[in-house]
Amino acid sequence: MERPLTGNIKPGEAPLDLRGYRQAGGYEAAARALRTMTPQEVQAAVKDSGLRGRGGAGFPTGQKWSFVPMGPDAPRPKYLIANADEMEPGTFKDRLLMEGDPHQLIEGMLIAAYATQADAAYIFLRWAYKLAAERLSKAIAEAYDAGYLGHDILGTGYRLDLYLHTSSGRYMCGEETGLLNSLEGKRATPRSKPPFPQVSGAWGRPTVVNNVETLCNVPHIVANGAGWFKGLSKSDDGGTKIYGVSGHVKLPGAWELPMGTTIREILEERAGGMAPGYALRGIIPGGASTDFLVEKHLDVKMDFASVQAAGSRLGTGTMIILDDRTCPVGMVANLERFFARESCGWCTPCREGLPWAAKLLAALERGEGRPGDLDRLEELCRGLAPGHTYCALAPGAVEPLQSALKYFREDFERHISEKHCPWEAVSRGGIRN
Amino acid sequence: MLTDEEKQEIQAEFAHYPTRRAACIEALKVVQAHRGWVSDENLADVAAYLGMTPAELDSVASFYNLIFRRHVGKHVILMCDSISCWVMGYERIRQELADRLGIGFGETTPDDRFTLLPIACLGTCDHAPALMVGNDLYQDVQASGLDDILARYP
Repeated sequence: MERPLTGNIKPGEAPLDLRGYRQAGGYEAAARALRTMTPQEVQAAVKDSGLRGRGGAGFPTGQKWSFVPMGPDAPRPKYLIANADEMEPGTFKDRLLMEGDPHQLIEGMLIAAYATQADAAYIFLRWAYKLAAERLSKAIAEAYDAGYLGHDILGTGYRLDLYLHTSSGRYMCGEETGLLNSLEGKRATPRSKPPFPQVSGAWGRPTVVNNVETLCNVPHIVANGAGWFKGLSKSDDGGTKIYGVSGHVKLPGAWELPMGTTIREILEERAGGMAPGYALRGIIPGGASTDFLVEKHLDVKMDFASVQAAGSRLGTGTMIILDDRTCPVGMVANLERFFARESCGWCTPCREGLPWAAKLLAALERGEGRPGDLDRLEELCRGLAPGHTYCALAPGAVEPLQSALKYFREDFERHISEKHCPWEAVSRGGIRN
Repeated sequence: MLTDEEKQEIQAEFAHYPTRRAACIEALKVVQAHRGWVSDENLADVAAYLGMTPAELDSVASFYNLIFRRHVGKHVILMCDSISCWVMGYERIRQELADRLGIGFGETTPDDRFTLLPIACLGTCDHAPALMVGNDLYQDVQASGLDDILARYP
């Protein structure tokens, strides 16, 4: 099985340095792009591949790049930003890529920047990823020394400066326009779109923001072609995907697999199935802000269209497992506490609605829920649906809540009728007897 | 007053951005690295150095989880309280830490050694529960391992 994204990564070992990366074929794709292809040709290759964003939204990458104004009259400077602010709960794939093969990200960024004729690039890295910061800094310095960054890259006249920007902790920094505001030294509140960042982004200039995993695919697409990329997949979406599983399974972890691998294969064959003593009740397929799926969905393919058809979203592709010894109400309460705390406060529905949901769920957890609370929660889910808020944080936040009310409603009702958490005596949130 | 060293470190950031203001969060991190936290006086000094008003800068400082606008102890423990860590036993670890240190979230030990804070998902969910002490990451944390971890931070 081909594993282009993780081919260089050996768990527990230091990543390849520049020399090792080149020996493994690294930077050949960049040389090919910069020396033999026009920016438009690179864009076409990525567009033809069908690569879709791996940060959660799944927007077609080539299409995103095509919105950037090109030619001598384009506003300058233009920017390319790697969104390395991975903070979606349950998600740990970009960490793997950055710690494991930092040059792969740099090469992907170089090609993407060339394709949009960007002048400067940033890696917007979350505060907590200290090891990634160390390894990326080292790799960036190596790349500058070897002439893959800076002036006259590979003798082509193309110039790119790449900066590592470390953030200071806030989920909204991972939201595209929140990230731009944060980069500019402001609160990470969202901006209204249009204008879209590709037209007016960082400091009002054309800016592409791409997820780390998305960018890591770019060198391989340029090296091997769109047809090859599509051929890796088991469904309409091309390429491979880093999938992950966390929770009470035998082998929590992350694995690069063909896009469209089923939930069952990831959970049972890779993660070894449920840990002894635990049974499966639910799956949050793509990070905290995706809808629950249940056992009947085990054979759903983990690609954008299939997961959507099943009533959820692929999101980041890292699954969080709900087991039968963990209270679903407690799980959702934890999620909504996170979202409420991370709300930037900019728009009223999110700022007021999420803490309200968190408060209701906390009361339910304590056995102090009242009849009508579930109706109130469903009302909040409707009120925070897409289109009612300034950005997608709140709509994402209510995905696990609305689906938990659908699939585990009985458990919610028991908290009200029995006036306590039925899981308290068994195990809740990991407390063991 | 900012020290010369702090000013130099802040200046080094200016080259990375087209505006001074963009470096303001980094500037706060510089000051915090030297002094542990950002006081009102520190904030005003940084604001003046960057050409911002203190109110502007405080609106930024107060947004970010890892910029401390209150005194913190020598070592800051950041406990992940997000979903995978919660499923895998965060509550027990939190309780054990509270018992050992006698503090809850947002509090500092009387000897000023540790401050305990929650932090959002650390991105190491296959090794939950996880926490950080300062810049150090600890994965697969067990109650039995807490004494060893804490002992590393005198």
